[in-house]
Amino acid sequence: MAGLATAFGSGAMSNSMADVANYAASLLVIGSNTTEQHPVFGSMIRRAVRTRGLKVVVADPRRIDLVEVSVLHLRHQPGTDIALINGLMNIILEKGWEDQEFIADRTEGFDAFKAVVLKYTPEVVSEITGVPIEMLYQAAEILACNKPMAVIWAMGITQHTTGVRNVMDLANLQMLLGNMGVAGGGVNPLRGQNNVQGACDMGGLPNVYPAYQAVTIDAVRERFEAAWGAPMSPKVGLTVTEMIPAALEDKIRALYILGEDPVMSDPDVNHLKHCLEMCDFVLLQDIFPTETAQYADVLLPGVSFAEKTGTFTNTERRIQLVRKAIDPIGQAREDWRIISELAQRVLAEGKRQIGEAPYAGWDYAHSSEILAEVNALTPSYAGATWERLERGETFQWPVPNSGHGGTPILHIGKFARGKGLFAPIEDAPPAEMPDAEYPMFLNTGRVLYHYHGGAMTRRAKGLMEIYGQTRIEINPEDAQKMGLDGKQRLRVISRRGQIEAEAWITDRVPPGMVFGNFHFPADQNVNLLTNRALDPTAKIPEYKVCAVRVEVV
Amino acid sequence: MGKQITITVDGKQIAAQDGQTILSVAQSAGVRIPTLCYHRDLTPTGNCRICVVEVEKQRFLQAACVFPVADGMVIHTASERVRKSRGRTLELMLANHPQDCLVCDASSGSCELQDLAYEYQVTVPEWGSKGKRYIVDSDPNPFVRVDFNKCILCRRCVLACAEIQGRHVWNVAYRGFDEKIVAGPGVTMLEARCESCGQCAAYCPTGALSDSMSHAVARAHQVKKVMTTCTYCGVGCQYDLNVKDGRVVQVTSNPDAPVNGMALCVKGRYGYDFIHHPDRLTQPKVRRYLLEGSARPRDRGEWVDVDWDTALNIAAAKLRSARDTYGPDSVGVLTSAKCLNEENYLMNKFSRQVIGTNNIDHCARL
Ligand code: SF4
Ligand code: SF4
Repeated sequence: MAGLATAFGSGAMSNSMADVANYAASLLVIGSNTTEQHPVFGSMIRRAVRTRGLKVVVADPRRIDLVEVSVLHLRHQPGTDIALINGLMNIILEKGWEDQEFIADRTEGFDAFKAVVLKYTPEVVSEITGVPIEMLYQAAEILACNKPMAVIWAMGITQHTTGVRNVMDLANLQMLLGNMGVAGGGVNPLRGQNNVQGACDMGGLPNVYPAYQAVTIDAVRERFEAAWGAPMSPKVGLTVTEMIPAALEDKIRALYILGEDPVMSDPDVNHLKHCLEMCDFVLLQDIFPTETAQYADVLLPGVSFAEKTGTFTNTERRIQLVRKAIDPIGQAREDWRIISELAQRVLAEGKRQIGEAPYAGWDYAHSSEILAEVNALTPSYAGATWERLERGETFQWPVPNSGHGGTPILHIGKFARGKGLFAPIEDAPPAEMPDAEYPMFLNTGRVLYHYHGGAMTRRAKGLMEIYGQTRIEINPEDAQKMGLDGKQRLRVISRRGQIEAEAWITDRVPPGMVFGNFHFPADQNVNLLTNRALDPTAKIPEYKVCAVRVEVV
Repeated sequence: MGKQITITVDGKQIAAQDGQTILSVAQSAGVRIPTLCYHRDLTPTGNCRICVVEVEKQRFLQAACVFPVADGMVIHTASERVRKSRGRTLELMLANHPQDCLVCDASSGSCELQDLAYEYQVTVPEWGSKGKRYIVDSDPNPFVRVDFNKCILCRRCVLACAEIQGRHVWNVAYRGFDEKIVAGPGVTMLEARCESCGQCAAYCPTGALSDSMSHAVARAHQVKKVMTTCTYCGVGCQYDLNVKDGRVVQVTSNPDAPVNGMALCVKGRYGYDFIHHPDRLTQPKVRRYLLEGSARPRDRGEWVDVDWDTALNIAAAKLRSARDTYGPDSVGVLTSAKCLNEENYLMNKFSRQVIGTNNIDHCARL
């Protein structure tokens, strides 16, 4: 969440789901199909609409389910989020709805930002986004005049080459309206997988140690060197989208992959497979022989969540216990045991010597011992101790000490970086736009009944009964033009590959766009089509927009 | 809330607030009034007449879950008249109810109707209707098992779907003896746009709506419940894994879950059967070429099952050799957004301490 880190100094969801559902007067849902991707939060939103008249504005090219309970649906063209947000802010300034006190007291960079926003007049924005001018005015009024207003988004905002700037522009909007640090407001990126937040918090990123402490800062690195007893690299590492392709140039010789299935989840699968094929050694640790297993040399059986004890951190920064319910199946082992065993064996010989240090060892009898180490080295988790969690407490980090009850709302009174930074953000088109040869937009995502690469949900019988194969959503207008009768299959072709799947004729997608998911393997996976083009800062691929041609099979 | 008032419940003076219901005053004063259609998460309807109490100066018994208190009100929650009425109500419910209790799932094996019948010692009356009125397991939804023979028309499912899930699948149709719960205008649940969240089954006090996947699998006292956090999306719902003989046989709501309360989605409640799927990896495997010490074939060759020591030693040797031959930055580590914080911390320590590289990432971007 580099965009939020730039604006505020901290990149996580600022508020809580309950707080949004209970206190927001209006809600902007942009690039999040909440009822399918975060279903229980989606139903909380529906409840808030019914019980207390929460006003929901949905900005999404697709007619997602939440549109039903919304007061307004802005169906902007794919990849025009920045123009849309700037347009709303332009109207807010025109009408004088901005929070001048908040801007003066808590932010900087307003003038440069304002100069850019002034260029995005309703006429200009309507032209770029395809949203009628009066709708832009309605949306701005609803969102600016029903405060507090919360913004929620998900991958629909970040999975663009402009992803980081999309997020920074949403931060601009919330500073402009003074919706930061208040209950029912905030900037709220919904994290897709159960523990994405925790994986980031724990230093599962190439540029930071746990708690976002940069690897490039000497003092930080020295602290970890002292804790772990070895010299550490000061150089930022490769992201997943760089790492695997680096195998082609022999820069990466060995990969250790835990519980990830890049062959399902990464863009441009054909290219990716080629890179994995070229990699000298691939170690895979997972619970199923996933699609990626074909490219592995060693397979280590880990366990499911039901077979281990530890913690997950949800999208609202809440640290919660995971409790072991059954013993590992067969010879499978808890993943933390496998990692520790492997570490000890790698260190047993070879060039890298580990010195005496308080946390140098790998001898853990229970995951609570690892959490104690996390408490010691991760300031925002310092007070989230095993004893407290066992007692039934849960906390939203930061939890700086064992007397602290956690932090449900970030940025109250002050931003992590001091003043909030307004950034002038210009609109830019997606890396690949439809043209004569590939005339339609492809949008990708998840459906309610499946999860990510589908390794788990494709092995759940009932889920497969309801949703057993990829369906390509296509608008009735386009279907009619193609003479599609609803029974035929579709072939979707991009510059990178093609897939075949059943068609679902529905006005969930606008004319000129098809939508597919990445839950099913082989020739049904839309990631055969998607583009590797990356956001320059976050290195997130542009899953949400690419150009395709659609044919009836 | 309204002004402070005083009422008398079963001879005891109790402070209350104007506008509260009799039930809520009684509950906060620790006086138990039995309920059936009432659920603290749902709008009270006063439908089932189990919570009736005697209110002095009122001609009829009143449903405590909806009747508001007033200053000076005198209430009897367990008088002879009240107990008789409850007994009769239960008798009417049971008269229409299949005597299936020996083989009933009754939503997780705890039937509130049976509990009350036991408390009031009511049995199925002689004159009760025999035979089934509706098809058992009448809806094709793969997760929710529908048997309206056991329905007592409490409407909790209607409210759970409307108020918790916001989906409005269930309605009440027909009148009198024919009164019945139907999906949409009398179609299947999925046709009525059901999201298979199972909220209706979780709130059903009898076996009318239950979980198909755990049908006839375990009785409530045979399972161990372990509260944990969902493995799917970032909402972080908590629930109870129900374990019998070392197998996860059901997921049930745990009202103490901090984020979600009783609510779950289809994946969380019903997406657990992957845990015991036959495809699970249960033994370490390595490619044959690694055991033979030969060159890697392009397609990597065939898999061989090995013991842990063999697999870990080979993996460790390979990672070590890449690190020592080509430098730490020749190794890449992908950690997992599905794994524990503790495991992610270890993967971060593994790449930075054991290997000496910052080449670590996961699929937050994907
Ligand atoms: S399963 Fe959920 S959506 Fe379906 S009828 Fe029951 S409560 Fe409604
Ligand atoms: S039950 Fe559904 S909404 Fe809740 S965490 Fe699991 S997947 Fe997400």
